Amino acid sequence: MSPLKHIIYNCKQATLLIEKRQFKKLSFREFVELRIHLAGCSVCTLYNKQSQVIHQMMLQLFHDSMQTTGVHLDTGYKQDLQIRIEKELNK
Amino acid sequence: MATENQYLNPRQWVEAHADYLYGYTLSRLNDEEQAKDLVQETFLAALEKVDKFEGKSSERTWLTAILKNKIIDVYRKRSSGLRKVETLAAEEEQRDFFEDDNGHWTKTHAPQPFGIEDHDPLVGKEFNGILQKCMQKLPALWMAIFTMKHMDDATTDVICSELNVTQANFWVIIHRAKLNLRACLQKNWI
Repeated sequence: MSPLKHIIYNCKQATLLIEKRQFKKLSFREFVELRIHLAGCSVCTLYNKQSQVIHQMMLQLFHDSMQTTGVHLDTGYKQDLQIRIEKELNK
Repeated sequence: MATENQYLNPRQWVEAHADYLYGYTLSRLNDEEQAKDLVQETFLAALEKVDKFEGKSSERTWLTAILKNKIIDVYRKRSSGLRKVETLAAEEEQRDFFEDDNGHWTKTHAPQPFGIEDHDPLVGKEFNGILQKCMQKLPALWMAIFTMKHMDDATTDVICSELNVTQANFWVIIHRAKLNLRACLQKNWI
C-alpha cells in the first residue's frame, strides 16, 4: 500500500492529524492527506466537528475556572497561613 | 497590580493572592486538600527566595511561577507510579475503536452525532459537568499533558521535557486522550 493510500483509508491516522492540527500547523503533506481523507469519510468529518467543539469547551472550561471568584480558601486556613508567614519573617 | 511591581510584601500575600493561587491550583489538580497544601508550600518556598526576586514581574506572576513548578511535580508524581497499569487500561479501552487491519472506525465505536456539533450554549453547563467527569477518567499522565496544553498554552517542548515524554509520544497521547474523552461523552450524553 502506498503511503498516500494508507492515510486515505485510515481513520486512526486521520484522527491523529485532526488532533495535531488544533495545536500545530500540519506539514503540507499531512494537510493534503487529511483533506483527501475527510472528503471521502463522513465518520471522520463528524469526529472532526465534535473534536473541535470539545477543544473549544475545554479551553472555555479552564478559562472559566480561572475567572470564578467563587473559589475561596476558608478563613481559618488563611489565618494559619498568615501566622506561619509572620513566624518565618520574624525568625 | 501595578503597585505590586518591583517589590514584595509577604505580609500581604495571603490577603492578596491566596484565593487566586488556590483557584489556579484547583482548576489544574481538582483536589482541595492538595491545592491547600500547595498554596502553603508556595508561600514558604517564596519566602526562602525573596532575595532572588528581581522585580521583573509582578508579585503574583512570580508566586504563580513557583506554584506552577509545584503543580508539575504533582503531575510527575501522579503519573509515575500508576503509569503502567492505568495507561494500559485506558489503551485497552480504545483497542477496538479501529479495525486492526485497515484503521477504519469499527461499527460499534464510530462517532455518532450527539448534538454538540453546533455548540449550543444552552447545553453548556450540563455538558461541561460530564466533560469534567470524563476527563477525570483519563490516566494521570494523559490528563497532565492535556491540561498543560489547554490551560497554560505551554509549548510542546516544555511539556515533553517536564513530563519526560518524546515528541512523537506526545501527539499519540493527545490523540489517545481525545479519543477516550469523546467516546466517554458519546456514551454518557446520548
